[in-house]
Amino acid sequence: MPVKRIDKTPMRQRDAGVRAHDFLEVNEGYDLSRAMFEAERCLRCQDAVCVDGCPVRIPIPEFIHAIAAGDMAEAASILRGANPLPAICGRVCPQETQCEELCHMNNRFSAAAIGHLERFVADWERDQPANDGARKPWRDEKIAVIGSGPAGLVCAGQLVDMGYPVTVYEALHAPGGVLRYGIPEFRLPNAILDWEIDVLRQRGVEIVTNVIVGKTIALDDLLNDMGFAAAFIGTGAGLPRFLGIPGENLNGVFSANEFLTRINLMRAYDFPVADTPMKVGKRVAVIGAGNTAMDTVRSSMRMGAEKGLIVYRRSETEMTARIEEYHHAIEEGVEFHWLTNPIEVLGNDEGWVTGLKCQVMELGEPDESGRARPVPVAGSEFVIEVDNVVLSIGTTPNPLLLQSTPGLETDRWGCLVADQEFGRTTRPRIYAGGDVVTGAATVILAAGAGKSAAQSIHRDLSAANEAGAGQMTIKATAPPSA
Amino acid sequence: MARILSKRALTSVTKLFVVEAPLIAAAARPGQFVIVRVREDGERIPLTIADYDADRGEITIVVQEVGVTTRLLGALDEGDDILDMVGPLGSAPEIEPGGHVVGVGGGFGAAALLCLMRDLTERGAPTTAIIGARDKGLLILTDELRAVCSHLELCTDDGSAGFKGLVTERLQQLIDGDGEGDGPGRPDRVLAIGPMPMMRAVADTTHDAGIETLVSMDPLMIDGTGMCGGCRITVGDEVKFACVDGPFFDAHQVDFDEAVRRNRMYADMENQAAERQALECQASAGAA
Ligand SMILES: Cc1cc2nc3c(=O)[nH]c(=O)nc-3n(C[C@H](O)[C@H](O)[C@H](O)COP(=O)(O)OP(=O)(O)OC[C@H]3O[C@@H](n4cnc5c(N)ncnc54)[C@H](O)[C@@H]3O)c2cc1C
Ligand SMILES: Cc1cc2nc3c(=O)[nH]c(=O)nc-3n(C[C@H](O)[C@H](O)[C@H](O)COP(=O)(O)OP(=O)(O)OC[C@H]3O[C@@H](n4cnc5c(N)ncnc54)[C@H](O)[C@@H]3O)c2cc1C
Ligand code: SF4
Ligand code: SF4
Ligand code: FES
Repeated sequence: MPVKRIDKTPMRQRDAGVRAHDFLEVNEGYDLSRAMFEAERCLRCQDAVCVDGCPVRIPIPEFIHAIAAGDMAEAASILRGANPLPAICGRVCPQETQCEELCHMNNRFSAAAIGHLERFVADWERDQPANDGARKPWRDEKIAVIGSGPAGLVCAGQLVDMGYPVTVYEALHAPGGVLRYGIPEFRLPNAILDWEIDVLRQRGVEIVTNVIVGKTIALDDLLNDMGFAAAFIGTGAGLPRFLGIPGENLNGVFSANEFLTRINLMRAYDFPVADTPMKVGKRVAVIGAGNTAMDTVRSSMRMGAEKGLIVYRRSETEMTARIEEYHHAIEEGVEFHWLTNPIEVLGNDEGWVTGLKCQVMELGEPDESGRARPVPVAGSEFVIEVDNVVLSIGTTPNPLLLQSTPGLETDRWGCLVADQEFGRTTRPRIYAGGDVVTGAATVILAAGAGKSAAQSIHRDLSAANEAGAGQMTIKATAPPSA
Repeated sequence: MARILSKRALTSVTKLFVVEAPLIAAAARPGQFVIVRVREDGERIPLTIADYDADRGEITIVVQEVGVTTRLLGALDEGDDILDMVGPLGSAPEIEPGGHVVGVGGGFGAAALLCLMRDLTERGAPTTAIIGARDKGLLILTDELRAVCSHLELCTDDGSAGFKGLVTERLQQLIDGDGEGDGPGRPDRVLAIGPMPMMRAVADTTHDAGIETLVSMDPLMIDGTGMCGGCRITVGDEVKFACVDGPFFDAHQVDFDEAVRRNRMYADMENQAAERQALECQASAGAA
């Protein structure tokens, strides 16, 4: 029976004073008794609105019920059926604006801890013995997946499960996309990501790193010469924006992408054991207030900064970071400068950053995004002393592949045009999803897009096979008996 | 993973490798580069594709040992694998056909000129390569370059081979037209690849003469795909990412002061790493 308790069962966290100086995971997860205790709070609603808040529609009451009943294997199988990356989404989904926001418990109490429970089940599953490996693909049509972020990984996983041979091409030397180079170890340990990727490999997904489609191989060569029947583009939105203010090229100014890539992908925190250096001064200002900005400012403190500052031209209300990360950042001593607009980076004679010149903003009428437009207060300029400035003001899709592939349409923000439901682009046989289509969004939206594209690839190929069945070239497509 | 098919020491610190890389060889254009990583936890470093052969599926790289990663790479042998290699990156320089093209190379730049000059010569342009070094023994790939250019000009500081003096002094002579008469003639376009101070000096030399000049910028890079912005340089009043917009830029528009300053950003840490590497070498030599 559901039990009415007001508050979410808290998850253990490492002490802010300690964790702010290392890269070990902040959250420690539930143990079995806490998970079952929390699972009992779910009301198992007839109208489980929480499911409407989840982009991949996990049957939330069902999996939570399985936890309450102590049947973890059942919970894991329900979860995996809907979301191929539960250990990751349980950690990084912005639950407060998705599943948990709609939870009926919010009316009087606090929402059921759906994310915490999802994480618990996925971590439980990770401790179980691996299952018996891949079946050989039983279909003939090879599919190419470009990019190994959540969109590409999930698309690939779904397709191998449907019997297709799948090859994932990744530009970097390690797979995972933002999960690898962006989100830091203290929020999403590499071990978790490695495990999810290993599971995919065992299921038969082939991942080829160090291939930039559009440079190393043209997308049309994959389709025409290398025999791929269809391709999925999940190349993300990895191109950093700069502000264009004076001083932006001074030594010590980075994009958040460079800052996080040096630390996460290249492991600069382990220099000189790892070869890539990173220089972090005493005071680091991060411009922006999204997840990337929070990750950057908290990483800077772990790299030895005495003070990490967030500088944001809007107010706390317009901040886009996950609420949990914001709270963790406060606990770790991050300083927040709201309504503060950077206008110039100042430097010394040697060209190193010494300060950030800002102006005070006030909120005016709403802009196109519906958020109050910040307007500068005349004569309010002031200087914050800092040693580093990191820009975290957004990213756009990388044009390398899109520009080198004729016939792919992009919109005025440089995003690839593809219908959201099926992932079809303006060219036949080419599908797309994730940040490259939506602009920078979330892991679960990218995963959801990968999943629906996999389904429409399957549907379209099957339809083509049936239509072409007269002049048959395609062999039997029935799965072998398992 | 890319297999080293052969290795040749060009000088004590400059090594040439022919590497098996069929996809890269098939896609490469003159002037493009690759990014390599030679060990787990190693750095990603950019290297020019000195030459490529699509039919054989091979590319040639020439590496000058200046720090930790280039030394690790230089120590690899035939049959070894380079852990990661990705490319081709960047774009071939846009050089209008026609006119006399002079390529100026210093250090590994002489190697980088190889397929660029061959391509231009094959497209019908009269070409001259000017390469320089301290002394004769440090000049690299002279035979190979002679074979692909209309003229080859050697410069040494001590006069042990060719012209005695800097590449830019010889370049100035060509511009002034006061060569021996049978010389290659005045350049219509200049292409410079090598250490930043050399490229800058070439830019200064051709600036007043109004000769169109391209330089191959070599800022610090990580991904090479436009993702980090670490490679940004200022050209005129625009900020460019050298890995995708370059590496070739109008020499007279590049902000060299900024480029030099940004390349030294980690100099102290690089020294620290190099010292550590030297100690490790000593230790392992002692143990052996
Ligand atoms: C620092 C940071 C923190 C974040 N925190 C959160 C969070 O807490 N919660 C959340 O839900 N979301 C978060 N996000 C957003 C989320 O990570 C992204 O929305 C998601 O990763 C997008 O997935 P994707 O598969 O579309 O692309 P990506 O993850 O960007 O992956 C794209 C991959 O494609 C590769 N690629 C690109 N071009 C090519 C090419 N031509 N050939 C081959 N490969 C190519 C790239 O190298 C990359 O590996 C965060 C993002 C960042 C940067
Ligand atoms: C597009 C491009 C093409 C290149 N082609 C070649 C090539 O064909 N052959 C070759 O030998 N080198 C080439 N380089 C330079 C090469 O990438 C660097 O020498 C290398 O990254 C140094 O790494 P390291 O770990 O050995 O030395 P580090 O320890 O990183 O540095 C040692 C010293 O070299 C300087 N340095 C470091 N990186 C660079 C750099 N990118 N450019 C200039 N100086 C640097 C440092 O300031 C320091 O003084 C190229 C660079 C670029 C950007
Ligand atoms: S995937 Fe995300 S939105 Fe869906 S249930 Fe899990 S935490 Fe909630
Ligand atoms: S809305 Fe909340 S209480 Fe109801 S089923 Fe979903 S998680 Fe449980
Ligand atoms: S090397 Fe990262 S953007 Fe050029």
